[in-house]
Amino acid sequence: MIAGRKLHRIVLVAIAAGVVAIVATRMRWDWLPDYYGILVAGIWKTLLILFSTVVLGFLCAVPLGLIQVTGPKPLALLCKGFCTVIRGTPLLLQLWLLYYGLGSLFPQIPEIRDSFLWPYLRQAWPYAVVALSMSFAGYEGEVMRGAFAGVPRGELEAARAYGMKPFTVLRRIWLPRALHRALPTLNGEIVLQLKSTPLVATITVIDVYAVISKVRQETYIVYEPMLLLALIYLCLTGILVLIFRYFENKIPAPEV
Amino acid sequence: MVDCLKKLFLVILMLTVSAGMVYAKPVRIGFSAEPYPPFYAPDASGNWTGWEIDIIKAVCEAANLDYVLAPTAWDGIIPALISRKIDMIMGSMSITEARLKSIDFSDKYYNTPTVVVGAKGLEFDATSEGLKGKIIGVQTATVHQAYASKHFPGAQIKEYQTQDEINQDLISGRIDATQADSLAIEAFLLSDEGKACCEFKGTVAEDLSILGPGVGVGLRKGDDELKARINAAIAAIRANGTYDRITKKYFSFNIYGK
Amino acid sequence: MTSLELLALSPPGWGGLLLRGLVTSMTIAFGGYILGLAIGICGAFGKLYGGPVTRDLLACYTTIVRAIPELVLIVLLFYAGSDIVNHLLMFFGSPPIDINGLAAGIVVIGVVQGAYSTEVIRGAIKAVNPGQIEAGRAYGMGALLLLRRITLPAMLPFAIPGLSNLWLIATKDTALLAVVGFTELTMATRQAGGATKAYFLFFCTAGGLYLVVTLLSNAVIRVIERRACLGMPDVGHA
Repeated sequence: MIAGRKLHRIVLVAIAAGVVAIVATRMRWDWLPDYYGILVAGIWKTLLILFSTVVLGFLCAVPLGLIQVTGPKPLALLCKGFCTVIRGTPLLLQLWLLYYGLGSLFPQIPEIRDSFLWPYLRQAWPYAVVALSMSFAGYEGEVMRGAFAGVPRGELEAARAYGMKPFTVLRRIWLPRALHRALPTLNGEIVLQLKSTPLVATITVIDVYAVISKVRQETYIVYEPMLLLALIYLCLTGILVLIFRYFENKIPAPEV
Repeated sequence: MVDCLKKLFLVILMLTVSAGMVYAKPVRIGFSAEPYPPFYAPDASGNWTGWEIDIIKAVCEAANLDYVLAPTAWDGIIPALISRKIDMIMGSMSITEARLKSIDFSDKYYNTPTVVVGAKGLEFDATSEGLKGKIIGVQTATVHQAYASKHFPGAQIKEYQTQDEINQDLISGRIDATQADSLAIEAFLLSDEGKACCEFKGTVAEDLSILGPGVGVGLRKGDDELKARINAAIAAIRANGTYDRITKKYFSFNIYGK
Repeated sequence: MTSLELLALSPPGWGGLLLRGLVTSMTIAFGGYILGLAIGICGAFGKLYGGPVTRDLLACYTTIVRAIPELVLIVLLFYAGSDIVNHLLMFFGSPPIDINGLAAGIVVIGVVQGAYSTEVIRGAIKAVNPGQIEAGRAYGMGALLLLRRITLPAMLPFAIPGLSNLWLIATKDTALLAVVGFTELTMATRQAGGATKAYFLFFCTAGGLYLVVTLLSNAVIRVIERRACLGMPDVGHA
């Protein structure tokens, strides 16, 4: 009997539905209508930070990885040093170093206030974007290094034999093959980047975590806002994973 | 018979002693884990010093309580009190109607005016028109945040977890002004960086419903016995001169208020 | 005060406070990592050999913990965890206890690490040649003996890259405890910077300390990997 084999799953789903029903009715959700607007704005901000830092970080990661495989020794050492420092220190520390550390240097250089950059240096989001991008670049630089090093030499030699110039080899063979190898890892890393975004709330950027913190502090409710926050992140992660799985099915799997 | 009486006497003795020692376990006193001079600030050895730390010691001595300092993140300090991680809040928390919905307060133990402090180059005062278009920094979940949201609608309000972060951003020039307790911000203005960057801009208009009657000790609702002991202790140290002696060490004027 | 004076080990230098923060961080990281390993081994076995209910519950645990940001988990467990424990104690009539901050930090990091190490250990056990386990069973080895003599040693080479990565993550996740006000290295650095306004100096120093821990850990991991992977074909590191 199919029902017998899947009975435990039905029971589990029923229990989960029961828990959700209890949570939805017996706990305090009266604060939701008041904060709905800024909650949506916070979610939007989170997604914006996620995608901008992923794109910027990846654009930096490609040269970081490439130089470590090909490039001149001193430059390669520099890139390796950058990746080691980024991967060896907590993201929170890097974020605070940029925001508070650089911020404490500003008063000592009065020319900065008159420059055109000042309106941007005053706000918090540029620091968040730079720190998260640098972090993503550091981790992905390592991944891309492995990807570039792992492309079979035979293909690169064949391309050279065809008379392609080095840049053409890079553009037509090396980069696409490396990207293809790195794709599954990159998908996982983007989900990890989503989990790094709440840290920007500590430097006054209003993402969804900052909004929920505000709700907690103004209403003194302990559980309900955090449960909603956990649910929001679960949904965001789930949507990201589904999108990646859809694209992975469209692209043929790389042969190792 | 004598044995029985002895045992009974022992039991009664123990009951009376334990009744007096309801808080034999030391009370945990919560305050924000950030430097907030001159009320409380950590020094290089990690010890906390300041006017409020001395008052805590005096009040607990007068109330006959063993205490332990428990620095707690400001944004979780009221939930920490409610969930019994700490037993009292003595971190310059103002008595307000909003907070009275969740917790109880003792009598006030100080009340100082609220002021606005801002960047030296800009000319403005502590009014709604003066602050229009300026960036003002306030600490989240404080009376200053509530006041600024209500009375300075034209200003861009940036919320921070601690006043210390706000001071740092004032020095860096990221914000134009802040609204804070006059004594806490005075300590900042006396520092080298504070003197260089900022100046006093004005006292804000009164608003008792938001700013409250003063700073009190935060207690759990229903903790009436502790509340009575703390109130008695506060009255005692004010009466016997301990309060004034401690205040003289830090300030040259009376900070109790009216 | 010059930079060197600020960093001095005894007051008025802040170096001592930073080092104490580092010791606290490493204690929590170590305790959390060991707790995570213990949870991971139990979880992996539950997922591989347990009944359907155990498998579903463990799947929920690992999915939820791995999908929610560590910061949110730490705040949730820190505030809600002690609240639940105290409610349970009051329900049973005992007085509420107050949980040591260090213990709370270790439990929080341990629970988060447990979900990840469950997956790593499960993957490593699945990679073990099933023939070896069958041979052990054919010899009449009991379950515990099998675990001790065959499964654990055989899965170690496969598990080491993942587990070493988890150790590095544990050392860095302790920094997140600063957001709940717990005084470990990152929070101590913030306090020192706040008191002296020399933020840049202290944050760079803290970064240097974390880097030293990471580099030392990497060296130790390389030694362990060489010892454990004796005789195995080179997997080829990324």
